[in-house]
Amino acid sequence: MKSLILRTASSYLLPLLLLFSFFVLFRGHYHPGGGFVGGLIASIAFILHFFANGLKTTKKIIRIHPGILIPIGLAISLSSGLFPMMADQMPFMTGVWMDGKIPVLGSVGTAFFFDTGVYIVVLGITLTIVFTISENV
Amino acid sequence: MLLVVLSGFLLAMSFPFLGKYLKKTLLPSILPIGLFAYFMTWLPAVQSGNPVFIQYSWINTLDIHLSFVIDGLSLLFALLITGIGSLVFLYTSAYLKGHEYLDRFYGYLSVFMSSMLGLVLSDNLITMFIFWELTSISSFFLIGFNNHDPASRKSALTALAITGAGGLFLLAAFLLIGQIGGSFSIQTLMETSSVLKTHPMYAAIAVLLFVGAFTKSAQFPFYFWLPAAMKAPTPVSTYLHSATMVKAGVFLLARFTPLLGDMPLWNNTLMIVGAFTMLFAAFHAIFKKDLKAILAFSTIAALGMLVFLIGIGTEEALLAAGVFILVHALYKATLFLITGIIDHETGTRDVDELSGLRMVLLPVAIAGFLAAFSNAGIPPFFGFIGKDLMYEATLHAGVWSVLLTIAAILTNIFLLFAGFQAGVRPFVGKLPEKFESLHLPPFLMWMPPVLLAVLGLAFGLFPGLINDSIISPVLSSMFKDTVDVHLKLWHGFNTVLGLSALTIGAGLALYFSYSLLKKYRPFIQSLSSFSAENAILKGGELFQFFSLRYTRLLQNGHLKYYLMTIIGFTILIMSYRLFFGVRLNINWAQFSSLRAYEVVMVLVLMLSAVMAMFSKSRLIAVASVGGVGYTICMIFAFFSAPDLAMTQFAVDTLTLLMFVLVLSKLPHYLPYSNMKTRLRDGSIAVAFGTLITILALEVLSEVPNKHLTEFYAQQSYILAKGKNVVNVILVDFRGLDTMVEITVLSIAAMGVFALLKLPLKSKED
Repeated sequence: MKSLILRTASSYLLPLLLLFSFFVLFRGHYHPGGGFVGGLIASIAFILHFFANGLKTTKKIIRIHPGILIPIGLAISLSSGLFPMMADQMPFMTGVWMDGKIPVLGSVGTAFFFDTGVYIVVLGITLTIVFTISENV
Repeated sequence: MLLVVLSGFLLAMSFPFLGKYLKKTLLPSILPIGLFAYFMTWLPAVQSGNPVFIQYSWINTLDIHLSFVIDGLSLLFALLITGIGSLVFLYTSAYLKGHEYLDRFYGYLSVFMSSMLGLVLSDNLITMFIFWELTSISSFFLIGFNNHDPASRKSALTALAITGAGGLFLLAAFLLIGQIGGSFSIQTLMETSSVLKTHPMYAAIAVLLFVGAFTKSAQFPFYFWLPAAMKAPTPVSTYLHSATMVKAGVFLLARFTPLLGDMPLWNNTLMIVGAFTMLFAAFHAIFKKDLKAILAFSTIAALGMLVFLIGIGTEEALLAAGVFILVHALYKATLFLITGIIDHETGTRDVDELSGLRMVLLPVAIAGFLAAFSNAGIPPFFGFIGKDLMYEATLHAGVWSVLLTIAAILTNIFLLFAGFQAGVRPFVGKLPEKFESLHLPPFLMWMPPVLLAVLGLAFGLFPGLINDSIISPVLSSMFKDTVDVHLKLWHGFNTVLGLSALTIGAGLALYFSYSLLKKYRPFIQSLSSFSAENAILKGGELFQFFSLRYTRLLQNGHLKYYLMTIIGFTILIMSYRLFFGVRLNINWAQFSSLRAYEVVMVLVLMLSAVMAMFSKSRLIAVASVGGVGYTICMIFAFFSAPDLAMTQFAVDTLTLLMFVLVLSKLPHYLPYSNMKTRLRDGSIAVAFGTLITILALEVLSEVPNKHLTEFYAQQSYILAKGKNVVNVILVDFRGLDTMVEITVLSIAAMGVFALLKLPLKSKED
């Protein structure tokens, strides 16, 4: 699939799609979206890039092995659940919210970090599976 | 206390890093010695008879705590575990000196020691069960320590299978007790023990508990793992399979005697099983010629004796049991340790080949004599006091007293013989030439048995040493209304003394007629094909055969058969339920009218499905399946499930992409199916589709329970500050589910990675 059009388009589409995936992730609490689907969109963005430019180029962009994202994401999700236990002596995974708002994001709570963790895990998983398959089949 | 119990695990954890340095020193032995000293300081506290409780909260909601109790019984065991543990650690340092995996061995031993301590100190049933299983697991590693030897691996597995299965029964018993008694704490349960005793499930609890205790303590018919476990290095046999672990079952029965005891079922079962086991095993012991086998069977007999005494259940019997635990631990550990020395020095354990070793191994011989005398119950040894109490208990046991006393005397005669075989025979007589060059092993090897044997003499001469400090508290933790205990060596001339003399005389007579006994050995061995061991092993083989067939049938490796099994089974139970339990009742008026684009979507859906079935190319088939997926996404979107639609859309895209990745690598597309299989698959699909349709229509006519939906709709903003209910459920209300799901997904990714990346070391290379 060495199409010039696709290759050119993909280098513009990658950042756009990634931005879109962040957007989907952030809006999840109020509107359709969330970490899971956001992670899927992000991985589709990378996979599109890999289809157009080949695995090596895409891997160079990502720099790290996507598998490393899995434990990172799991750790973020887990610590968002542990945080209320440590900080406020509340049960595991109690929702805790920050006072005041952050520009653009709005009010931020543990649920957001949890969803971010899900996003990273899903991205890591999908890319690991797809890259592994394409390298070894 | 928590640190004390877990210290062995901590030590074991340090071995992978520090083991190289630690194994060359005596440092690992400091831990058991220190623990022994620590538990000695508790002696004054239990003398008052009031148990001490120490509790650490663990899982409050499930009533599971790390709660420990120190009373006479647990302290006696803790002292045995740490005391004999110290000697075994020291002994090991010489016995396995320079062994490649000595550090590993120390690690297993300390894990075992900690598990055992946790087991005897636990007040919480669930914690006790966990430690119970840990002892089985560490015992597995210790028995299989010589993992190059297939026989040793096999006996490790046997022991794990038997004790592990028993552990499951025990768990069932504990759960029942917890359900009925309303608590997992033995202390709390004790206050309401009548509830348990009068409950209809009492028999079930008792039987389950018995299975747990009998498997661990090698009672008939589960005894055979213990002789097999003698494949383990001698320190292990000493520590686990005579002095401590096998007594866990006895400990359990003793611990539960105040709670469940004093009932006909309890007493009779224990008496019968114990008596049978002790007679059976003691009888077998006299026909063995491997020193370790002799000791193994005499240990089983001793355990049977303990179960038997607990079964009698009178105050005298329980006192006898408490004393006998200590007596037996002292002399049996000694005998095992000297067997280890003999094996180590001469290379054989055959009792017929060994003689005259006193010339070369004098301190060991002294230990052997002392232990054999204590075992024989010759005054003034501690064993004499134990035997005295035992006869006292059986004589006053009511209706059956004569029979019980005869059983006890017979067992003791056989045990005396077995003890002399192991502790005396190898050392007397003429020293064969081949052993003349032997020399005494290092001090650390012969010191432990001598020390234990001397203690057996000292406690006999001065029973006051242990009377108030430990034996009396032990009894009061098993028996509620205890009067004062007075251990005495000399009771004057009475029936019991006569019985003791009879036992000693008959045992010695048996010992001196050994050459006669030897002739019957082949005959006894020929009977072994009828043994319980064989029956259970055959049963195991049968089970294996059955499960192999069963697995072959279900796990046949063909994906399409798996699907057919799953779908076929669903069709069966669903159609059964639909046709026999539900009246179809479709309310057409409820349906909204069709809109044009919905009709179009459904038509596209059907068209794609048909195309996927009949296409001649794989690419078209894949694309059509994608088409099915996308139309379903559209339907989700129409019926106000945007979240679902988005996710489904992304997943479908990814699936397609993955197909594309592998498509070119697949072999040429061939029509694998013929008309017959197509008809079969088609009919399954039609049946399933019809059923699902009926089900969906049926669901519509039910009055929906909106309780949950309303809760989420109302609370998602109030409690979780989110307006998208689906997302709030995913990340907040049911966040734990999501957590587990992403973990499962991660495992799946690792699986794919491992499957494809790690080069398969195929045999063809």
